[in-house]
Amino acid sequence: MATKTPEELLQITYRPPARDWRDPRVDFEAKRGTWSYPGAAKNLEYMGFPNPREWSPTDADWKLPENWKEIIQKGFKDRLGKYRSLQIFMDTCVRCGACADKCHFFLGSGDPKNMPVLRAELLRSIYRNDFTTAGKILGRLAGGRELTEDVLKEWFYYFYQCTECRRCSVFCPYGIDTAEITMFARELMNLVGLNINWVMEPVANCQRTGNHMGIQPHTFKDNVDFLADELEEVTGIKVNPSINRKGAELLFVVPSADYFADPGIYTFMGYLLLFEHIGLDYTLSAYASEGGNFGLFTSHETIKRLNYKIYAEAKRLGVKWILGGECGHMWRVVHQYMDTMNGPADFLEFPVSPLTGTRFENAASTKTVHITEFTSDLIQHGKLRLDPSRNDHRKVTFHDSCNPARALGLLEEPRHVLRTVCNHFYEMPENTIREETFCCAGGAGLGNDENMEMRLRGGLPRGNALRHVRDKHGVNLMACICAIDRATLPPLAEYWAPGVEISGVHELVANALVMEGEADRKTDLRGDPLAGMEAGQNSEDDDA
Amino acid sequence: MNGLSALIVVAVLLGTVWLGTGIAGQELLFGVVIPYAAIAVFLLGLVYRILCWARAPVPFKITTSCGQHQSLPWIKANKLESPPDAKWTVGRMALEILFFRSLFRNTKAELAPGQRLIHQSDRLLWLGALAFHWSFLIIFLRHLRFFLEPVPVFVQGLERVDELFQVAVPTLFLTDVVIVAALLYLLGRRFFNPLVRYISLASDYLALYLVLAVALSGILMRYFTRVDLLAVKQLALGLVTLRPAVPEGIGLAFYVHVFFVSVLFAYFPFSKLMHMGGVFLSPTRNMPNDNRKRRHVNPINPEVEVHTYAQWEEEFKDKLEGAGIPLDRG
Repeated sequence: MATKTPEELLQITYRPPARDWRDPRVDFEAKRGTWSYPGAAKNLEYMGFPNPREWSPTDADWKLPENWKEIIQKGFKDRLGKYRSLQIFMDTCVRCGACADKCHFFLGSGDPKNMPVLRAELLRSIYRNDFTTAGKILGRLAGGRELTEDVLKEWFYYFYQCTECRRCSVFCPYGIDTAEITMFARELMNLVGLNINWVMEPVANCQRTGNHMGIQPHTFKDNVDFLADELEEVTGIKVNPSINRKGAELLFVVPSADYFADPGIYTFMGYLLLFEHIGLDYTLSAYASEGGNFGLFTSHETIKRLNYKIYAEAKRLGVKWILGGECGHMWRVVHQYMDTMNGPADFLEFPVSPLTGTRFENAASTKTVHITEFTSDLIQHGKLRLDPSRNDHRKVTFHDSCNPARALGLLEEPRHVLRTVCNHFYEMPENTIREETFCCAGGAGLGNDENMEMRLRGGLPRGNALRHVRDKHGVNLMACICAIDRATLPPLAEYWAPGVEISGVHELVANALVMEGEADRKTDLRGDPLAGMEAGQNSEDDDA
Repeated sequence: MNGLSALIVVAVLLGTVWLGTGIAGQELLFGVVIPYAAIAVFLLGLVYRILCWARAPVPFKITTSCGQHQSLPWIKANKLESPPDAKWTVGRMALEILFFRSLFRNTKAELAPGQRLIHQSDRLLWLGALAFHWSFLIIFLRHLRFFLEPVPVFVQGLERVDELFQVAVPTLFLTDVVIVAALLYLLGRRFFNPLVRYISLASDYLALYLVLAVALSGILMRYFTRVDLLAVKQLALGLVTLRPAVPEGIGLAFYVHVFFVSVLFAYFPFSKLMHMGGVFLSPTRNMPNDNRKRRHVNPINPEVEVHTYAQWEEEFKDKLEGAGIPLDRG
């Protein structure tokens, strides 16, 4: 799909068109490459979602239920009564425009409806028209707009063009969070069967098998065994991770992409080697085999349905507490929803590191610790034997994943780990990292191939910052703590900053780990030769 | 277009008060009845809106963290940007409400030659907004001199500071200059910044016009038409003591001023001006980032249909056995 060159893609002006934004028409045919395919009927049926059917956004008739308008209006009203956030975000925006150029999709497309303020106005205009006194009387003059089928189609286009990254909410003087607005818009659309398959398939898979990929338990075990074998090949160390083992001290939950596809698998191998290194008593679960939660991109109810498995499994297995892997939106759910929805986790113990005795006070209630917190603690207490020179063939930068940055404030832990296990670490420009980090443009279910043009466009700000450090410092690897990043950033990097690879943090940890009885390490986990081990040296660093 | 329709509204309002007091002589209506009605609408509307907000629960703690959270002892937390408890949340809110912290972060993005996307700090909007809101607040407080007898010491002090540069007669208030300049800047953005113009609704212009009309009519009275201040105070005191009386000869400029203030008050609860209340209740700012430490309770935590372990084991029993994964039921 990515046939446009970067030069062609960058023919953007940030000047709005003459047409009034309240005109909702979207030409889906002309905009192929910037939207995602609809949810397949079988997935909606499995979840018990309304209006399962086969349809396409390019169809004139979207086969909505006859009373779709009534359903949306009722759903809207219902949610206004249940969520103060929705009311406040509908009422307080002053349209100052501070958010306008903070959205990666606006910066990469120039489409004014990708300005967070206008994205929200798509919903707000209906709110004003149907639910406020001024709007009911004055209509368009009060900024109202009638809810029509075209408006709904426009919602489908633009609310599946937001990755819920929350960057705009950092800059908004009232903290208006477009992720929240997008979540409500998607909830409303789900009431009449408007969703995308890249969300619905993982949701249905996860409900059934326990993970987004739909990996069944025997395949889960095969994958884990395969990765353990791969690990042995590189390091000479045999690890034997257990699955569904009762009485383990910890339950370890990871995003399923980590045991499914390159380059996430190297991160998974990294976890396994680290746990072997410290002799951790942990178990994986084939039932709670997903840390991520595509319910977050569907509805609050779906978040709860999918998230249920984690605490239920921890309780069944009788573990003391839960350790969570590198995943972005998983951690938004774990941090901000899990305990409220499926807690209290009073059957678990206060999380204490079995190796250092550190009490993770910040996870006192949820009893779920982020792996970079855990590893940072190991490093601080000198529990790891590390040889960072084994990462010397890498010049590393760190991409803050949206949710760990803006929903947790987990900024320094991964940096502490990276600075310890790598000798060459460089930051990207300051307006593009930490709480101001730019999204990979593939989150919230948008990381599919049919949406590739929009992903590349939205990837411009991140890609641009990455290219900057590649040119300035010779950076050739961008680490991150998010499985969606690891899946969606490689094509983006290849497009905007060729020559940079993507990895997880624990892949680099494992590269540097010095194991008792290990084989002579000639390559990293990927099989790439370590510095000084290249066959025909000096070819790689020439253009740096 | 939106700017124009709002201007027509303001022109109609101006015509109304001019006809009403200048021609028809309805001083009682414009000096007493309308102000009372406006205050009533303001208070009732405000209470209604805040009740609406307060009635809706806060199901989740969705704090936006804008800095390092408090986690491990060797990692320095940024407690103002990622508050670990209620105390620091108050600090964060104070920075937000008094100094517009988030707006201070503002950047401007630019696509420079060589495919370079540059984000530069841009604090002009922050400065304009801060200048406007603070001068508005000071002017509002200065007006207490008309409603209170004796005039409180802090009001006198405020005036003295505001008159720092002793220029013109009567002495020029700094805030009068600043508020007009800031309003013109904010209006100018809406007119001349293409993106801001694109997103601006008629109500965005209307709010600025109304405040500007209030400010300009006030300035007109103080520095040019020179209204009878004693008469004004007599009317104002009458209003607050519920013994309203309309003194003779206050002049048209005064009624224009009072009328626009009344319209602003009455309009307030139904408009985006409610951001003044909303900023206190923003759920991404007014809760601490301590989610994993202290459980947040959702008063309506609906039951959902889940896929239990027993159901899952039943479905995949053969495969579990084949893979040698332990089962609950043998």
